[in-house]
Amino acid sequence: MKQYDVRQCRVTDFEQLTADIYSAWVDAGELARMAKPGQFAQIYVPGKTLRRPISICEAEGDALRFVFQVRGEGTAILSQTRAGDSWDILAPLGHGFALGDTGRRVCFVGGGIGVPPLVAAAKPFGANATVVTGFRSRDAVILQDDFAKNGNRVILATDDGSAGRHGLVTECLPDDCEAIFACGPTPMLRALAAEAEKRGIECQLSLEQRMACGVGACLGCAVKLKTEDGGWRHGHVCKDGPVFDARIVAFD
Amino acid sequence: MADLKVNVAGVALANPLIAASGTFGFGREYAEFYPLSTLGGISCKGITLQERPGNPPPRIAETPSGMLNAVGLQNPGVDHFIEQDLPWLRQQGTAVIANIAGNTPEDYCAMAEKLSDSGVDMIEMNISCPNVKQGGVQFGTSCAGVESITAAVRRHCKKPLMVKLSPNVSDIGEIAAAAEAAGADAISLINTLTGMRIDIRTRRPIIRNNTGGLSGPAVFPVAVRMVWQASQRVKIPVVGLGGIAAWQDAVEMLLAGASALQIGTVLFTDPYAPVKILDGLNRFLDEQGIASVTELTGGVRPW
Repeated sequence: MKQYDVRQCRVTDFEQLTADIYSAWVDAGELARMAKPGQFAQIYVPGKTLRRPISICEAEGDALRFVFQVRGEGTAILSQTRAGDSWDILAPLGHGFALGDTGRRVCFVGGGIGVPPLVAAAKPFGANATVVTGFRSRDAVILQDDFAKNGNRVILATDDGSAGRHGLVTECLPDDCEAIFACGPTPMLRALAAEAEKRGIECQLSLEQRMACGVGACLGCAVKLKTEDGGWRHGHVCKDGPVFDARIVAFD
Repeated sequence: MADLKVNVAGVALANPLIAASGTFGFGREYAEFYPLSTLGGISCKGITLQERPGNPPPRIAETPSGMLNAVGLQNPGVDHFIEQDLPWLRQQGTAVIANIAGNTPEDYCAMAEKLSDSGVDMIEMNISCPNVKQGGVQFGTSCAGVESITAAVRRHCKKPLMVKLSPNVSDIGEIAAAAEAAGADAISLINTLTGMRIDIRTRRPIIRNNTGGLSGPAVFPVAVRMVWQASQRVKIPVVGLGGIAAWQDAVEMLLAGASALQIGTVLFTDPYAPVKILDGLNRFLDEQGIASVTELTGGVRPW
């Protein structure tokens, strides 16, 4: 059986969540049934050479949900989508979160547009998961209801204090968590990796990088990883990740 | 159904489409989409004598109708390729072309020797990589450089030798002629054109290497022109590449003088591009009443 494929997918629902963040549900058939939490898709943008790598927010039956932010020309074009349009999707790609025992008390940490892939990942943990999400300000907050629907404990923080707690997500980690799963800006991920090391707990980080093929052939999306012999090597976000064990990520 | 078979320097290809080096890895990732025998051949990711870690990220930047890359020849080394990748590739029913790059002429010669005793069908000598500090394009931008490296490798190479030329030169015809004179069995062109993009807010180049190689539809007219000029100067087969994205581009490149084609960047836009290009090419040949794709080669009628 194929691990991933290209498919024309009908957009069944398209919604603007904030000034620059959009949510799309697409009918992805078998691609949706193959998807695991933390994997991503490469979405074709008409007129563009490179597809846009976008994390899978959740999968339900034949449907996939993507929540993306307008970052440049390609995502601006995608933001003009209407329900009924078709997206050309290459998915599911990469290695997602290794969730392990969902009876553990764990913590999901998301910053800004790093929050969406945590929705599917946190779901099987229900009340055992504390989801800490951080945003710039109240206007940028997304997906709070989705985590509540998962039965997760939700903690909201904003940089300016306009919603939830005033401060960084790294200050909101519960004391009893046995593992951290995170996606967001690099400084946040670096801080979480350090915190997990201090506490001696597992930590998985979802990374991003400028990408071309999405399947591991072109070696474009390099990430510096530590090797067991104390050296380093270049792995690739699309194939080796996007989720990595924090202990092997070399933050320069 | 027209006959799509072509022959490049004694290597029979089931059709003229070859995956371009650096865009297709060693084939495994694209075998998820279709049998690799769909392609006439695969030019493997460029390999070096020793393993190379490649350049730090970011390595990729999109451009109008194309992209820049500066991967920097990340690869596991020639021995790893021969032991780990080649046996699998040999079973895929497609021609296997090893693409080699070196820091020194000795590197190239040592790799040519190792590969001469392996199961590869052809060796493509990359003297046109713009993204590494040593070697690469320094051998490829002067006639003397091309001639000396080609002649040296020729002496150590028992396989058909294809030399991949850089477009970052003033007279591609002269360079092509130099490769032929020194014993190349075929030439492939064009490698990427050196380019650059800058983030206007951070004032940093988007690519960590500062500059990168431009590929994609943006370079296609340059590639057609260079293939046309080079093919008029040499008798050896010319393999045309650079921005081919549709079957019409394939026809155009063949008419310009190419005997076979490589496709690369379009695979990132659409992994199924080879299937679509071959379908279109087949239909065009039938519609035109052309029995063999070889009849298109050099068929342009210049003014």
